[in-house]
Amino acid sequence: MTDLKLTNVGKTYGGAVEVLKDINLDIKQGELIVFVGPSGCGKSTLLRMIAGLEKITSGELEIDGMLVNDVPPAQRGIAMVFQSYALYPHMTVRENMSFALKLAGKAQGEIDEAVNRAAKMLQLDQYLDRLPKALSGGQRQRVAIGRSIVRDPKVYLFDEPLSNLDAALRVATRIEIAQLKEQMPDRTMIYVTHDQVEAMTLASRIVVLANKGVAQVGSPLELYERPNSEFVAQFIGSPAMNLLPGEVIETGEQTRVKLAGGGEAVSHYPTQASDLGLKVNVGVRPEDFETCESDELFAGEVNITEALGEVTLLYFKADEGQEPSIAKLPGIHKGMRGQTVKLTAPADKVHLFANGTSLLYR
Amino acid sequence: MHPAFLGLLTIAIGVGGCVAYYFFSNWVLDNVLFPAKGPQAGRNINRANLIRPWLFLFPAMIALGLYLAYPVIETLRLSLTDRDQDGAFVGLANYMQMFGEPKFWEAMRNNMLWLIVVPAMSTMFGLLVAQLTDRIKWGNIAKSLIFMPMAISFVGAAVIWKLIYDARPEGTEQIGVLNAIYVAFSGGAPQQWLTLPIWNNFFLMVVLIWIQTGFSMVILSAALRGIPEETIEAAIVDGANPIQIFFKIKVPQIKSTIMVVWTTITLVVLKVFDIVFAMTNGQWSTQVLANYMYTQLFVANDWGVGSASAMMIMLLVTPILVWNVRNARKEMR
Repeated sequence: MTDLKLTNVGKTYGGAVEVLKDINLDIKQGELIVFVGPSGCGKSTLLRMIAGLEKITSGELEIDGMLVNDVPPAQRGIAMVFQSYALYPHMTVRENMSFALKLAGKAQGEIDEAVNRAAKMLQLDQYLDRLPKALSGGQRQRVAIGRSIVRDPKVYLFDEPLSNLDAALRVATRIEIAQLKEQMPDRTMIYVTHDQVEAMTLASRIVVLANKGVAQVGSPLELYERPNSEFVAQFIGSPAMNLLPGEVIETGEQTRVKLAGGGEAVSHYPTQASDLGLKVNVGVRPEDFETCESDELFAGEVNITEALGEVTLLYFKADEGQEPSIAKLPGIHKGMRGQTVKLTAPADKVHLFANGTSLLYR
Repeated sequence: MHPAFLGLLTIAIGVGGCVAYYFFSNWVLDNVLFPAKGPQAGRNINRANLIRPWLFLFPAMIALGLYLAYPVIETLRLSLTDRDQDGAFVGLANYMQMFGEPKFWEAMRNNMLWLIVVPAMSTMFGLLVAQLTDRIKWGNIAKSLIFMPMAISFVGAAVIWKLIYDARPEGTEQIGVLNAIYVAFSGGAPQQWLTLPIWNNFFLMVVLIWIQTGFSMVILSAALRGIPEETIEAAIVDGANPIQIFFKIKVPQIKSTIMVVWTTITLVVLKVFDIVFAMTNGQWSTQVLANYMYTQLFVANDWGVGSASAMMIMLLVTPILVWNVRNARKEMR
């Protein structure tokens, strides 16, 4: 049982600059947790605190039921893969991978076995005697992962491991990491990224960090379908969810909203009678919009179109200082610029937020 | 005329002369010798461009030839001639005479001692200081203090250390720090440190180590800062303790810089003269090659043997110099 438990964990630099506060997380053995968040939200700091590279200034970190706040990194049963791979440049691949075991005083035979097994797993067998500088980016990345595997840690920590790879390699390595996780179902992995696709595809649960704290924790689809705030709603999904101001005009199992822009929306979010007249933001993801002839939710003049082949993005004209609304329509739509388009969305795809918070999580 | 004014005038003439040379020689090349017009314009431009680098290198080549190449050749020639026979060619007689002198072999032995001890100790202390001062608040102050001896001339440093090794008659108050401490702790008689054979060599080396530690510290400190932080963190996660991190992660990564520092100090050591000259003048078995050469050339006035010993020093320096320059170039790439 290797559960990881964070209780009211906080980080302050120099007694004044607070970067994280009151982080509470319960990570079960075998989970693949992804930390996402805007840059500077402290996701890497949190990972480094779990690793033991940053001091935890407040709160408690437990691994396997043991308080490890002051336990040195090597004794926490963790291994870390760094963004820049952090391979020792003067050591061969084999030496890089066996360094930790050597320090731990393992027998040479045991070390060789572990290294060879990891090398086979990562298809590095032919490169064992090369120096890191003679390897490609993807190979270096695999050595970095191999260095973690040989130690057979209880918890793997990944700090944006794919951000230095080119797009094609990133996809391939992402799949490799997913396969690696499948081969080690009882090992916990914590993965930091700013790439949504990585988060959505790899995670068993995503932790969205914002404003020094946890914004929402949940499975990828939970975050996509039931975001608890405007922040999470706009952070997950690309392009970001449209937010349109309006006022509740009918409550009940479903809610009807009159939009400031003129249209009307029906949402599957339930409301009470007391919510009548409530100022809300109606959230619709660009991909949930459909064109319609009448009873539209939104109507606007197309300003820019981006044809991506499988879909076309429509950017609508917006008032100065306001985010333009975006619709993602399947297929190719040419010559829509300057046209007025009417859009609607099915009730179960329409989200409602009041004061930044989802009406589902009140 | 006031000397300061003379100095300014010299600078003005020197700098002005240089500017004038480059400007006018270039002008003559482009406008008089190979003008870029007329029927041969293309050919002229090509020819001018072929000559231009040599035109600009000319002053430097003259200076190098006059002050570097010529003295080397002249020294080689002198080392093959004899003073007493009015400069007649005597082959390797001077070298033979030199190899027969015990003072020369003493100088060779001492130079070898210097060669091993000084670069090793300077590099080691420099590395130690660089590492220890890396992350502390007053590290920069400590580094400035340790770097300061670099600014003192070798002779000045020799004088300072002569005072440290100074000995007064027994019973009187010792002004030499070393004797003061020695007398206070051992209660024995004050020692004439610079006359104790073999040991006095090391007392002289201390002066150069004191000076060169600052140099190696500065270079190695920069190299240490250049080590990617993540490799150190990876080592921490891998379970390395600070000493293992230093020797297994940091030192191997700056190995080539350490070698450059080491060889650079080696070159200084091979040429060491001032310290020995000012402190013992080679007495009490402290002779070194450069001081031996000086004694032969300017005290005994024997240009033959003096030049032979100069060639000897050059022979020893050259391979290290070549290696050093190559390595430094590799570093830069």
